Amino acid sequence: MSNTIPNRKAFTDTLVDLATKDPSIFVVTSDARGSVTLEKFADTLPGQFVEVGIAEQNEIGIAAGLASFGKRVFACAPACFLSTRSLEQVKVDVVYSQNPVRIIGISGGISYGALGYSHQSLHDFAVMRTFADLAVLCPADRFQTEAITRWLAEHDVAAYVRMGRGPVPDVYANVQESFTFGKANRLSEGSDATIIANGETVHHALEAAKILGTQGIGVRVLDMPTIKPIDRDAILSAAVETGLIITVEEHSIFGGMGSAVAEIVSQEHPVPIRIIGIPDEIPIGGSSAELFDHYGLTGDAIASEVMTLIKKFKR
Amino acid sequence: MTHAELQALRLKSTSLRKALLGMIYRAKTGHTGGSLSSVDILTVLYYHVLRIDPKHPKDPNRDRFIMSKGHSVEALYVILADKGFFPLEELKTFSKFDSRLIGHPSVKVPGVELNTGALGHGLSCSVGMALAAQRDRSAVRVFCLMGDGEQAEGSVWEAAMAASNFKLDNLTAIIDRNRLQISGNTETVMKLDSLQEKWEAFGWDVHTVDGHDFSALTEAFGAPQVLGKPRMIIAETLKGKGVSYMQDNAKWHHGVPDDQQYHLALEELESYMQEVRGHE
Repeated sequence: MSNTIPNRKAFTDTLVDLATKDPSIFVVTSDARGSVTLEKFADTLPGQFVEVGIAEQNEIGIAAGLASFGKRVFACAPACFLSTRSLEQVKVDVVYSQNPVRIIGISGGISYGALGYSHQSLHDFAVMRTFADLAVLCPADRFQTEAITRWLAEHDVAAYVRMGRGPVPDVYANVQESFTFGKANRLSEGSDATIIANGETVHHALEAAKILGTQGIGVRVLDMPTIKPIDRDAILSAAVETGLIITVEEHSIFGGMGSAVAEIVSQEHPVPIRIIGIPDEIPIGGSSAELFDHYGLTGDAIASEVMTLIKKFKR
Repeated sequence: MTHAELQALRLKSTSLRKALLGMIYRAKTGHTGGSLSSVDILTVLYYHVLRIDPKHPKDPNRDRFIMSKGHSVEALYVILADKGFFPLEELKTFSKFDSRLIGHPSVKVPGVELNTGALGHGLSCSVGMALAAQRDRSAVRVFCLMGDGEQAEGSVWEAAMAASNFKLDNLTAIIDRNRLQISGNTETVMKLDSLQEKWEAFGWDVHTVDGHDFSALTEAFGAPQVLGKPRMIIAETLKGKGVSYMQDNAKWHHGVPDDQQYHLALEELESYMQEVRGHE
């Protein structure tokens, strides 16, 4: 793996750059400056940095209050806490009261695999996407992370962004091509099936496409960084043109990106769908890579599942 | 504060009580007891303390008022309408189909700063607002009214700690200490006393006053701000204040008066107004 920069670091480096030029950019955090890699922001921009201690409810409430004064607030903490402990503040103070806070959940999914279920966030896409007008995003690599951060700094929207802990291989060659809000990116062409992935599963989906290609199977790969509002057109084109959809995400198989895809496909152009994610169980402990392997989120496992589905539904 | 000014506040709050009871009576829903206990506090805020202009409800330099005990919204709506934030006539739509005057504060209503209704949120948001004003070196002040039952929410104390930590001397919180919540006496449901000692321990400048005494309230709001300390005004009140059969009775938390009770309440409030005028 050549890239050594985690998405959370790409996020904070970008934010320091932006906040240096824009004094309305604020960061609020709950004793997570190390976890988020906010040390440089705190040291160089203390007037735009707010430490609230270990108090995630207060963190989002304060962030909403700051946003109501026109501050462009990024509330940052581990995804497991922000998406659960402060859920009512997200619902009432941010969404309902129309205060555009950017909620940044770091080390999401099973990044903290070995630390146990308390530290995992496999529910966050599901709960966040039910709130009206709250955008939900999950970047695939450092370039897309930077693009999303820049987009959020320029647009006063309430959003939840989940990113992982460790570095992931580059999916994109640069920032410019990596992200358009609300749009999927087509990363590979093929007509036998479509794999829709997001976050850290995107490079595994590309690996699966490569494996399948050697066996004469062509799959379309879509990166879906915006889970909400989701790219309906890209999903329907995939359903119409490839007739089989496999979704892959670092999330519970219930309620996440796969469910969002199935909601559209089942109602508008039904084709077979398989949702790959973490099954309905308390995950076992282990490193992120070990758990990706155990739960079938890696290239080999995805390729094998696609093969099985093609045999079942298309031959 | 002059005698005439005090009399004016007394008359104003009594007419507001009549108006809010009318809203609740017509809609057949509402949080009667807490609206009546907090209306004197709100009267002092809106007619004496807050620097706000109903013609410019989004003026960035306005003071902010956050109704954290959102269920007492009837008291807030009658004041906002009386101040001219929206037409008085609109009060008749309270809780009706598609009205913006719903049962908890909504930012769709001019003059409302935050949607509340879930308790324990208002103070955190107020801390964020006061912190923004402090960092901007702005003269904006932030006021937040909480209920006493609300003090059981843990997030209140997260915010209490933060306000003191950030030395927010532009923030004033008020507790409507009516000692009753939906299930009964606050001290039986979850012991709160001593609130004075708790808030002092959290680093606030605490004033405990009679929440129906306009002199005491204006004095507490007007006291010199202690540098670097947020201010807490514990307003000792009576739930259902002003209507004797409702007073200090948890049943009226969200009780709605019937025809006879409504007219009895109006008579009592009207005779109190005549008594006040008699002292002019």
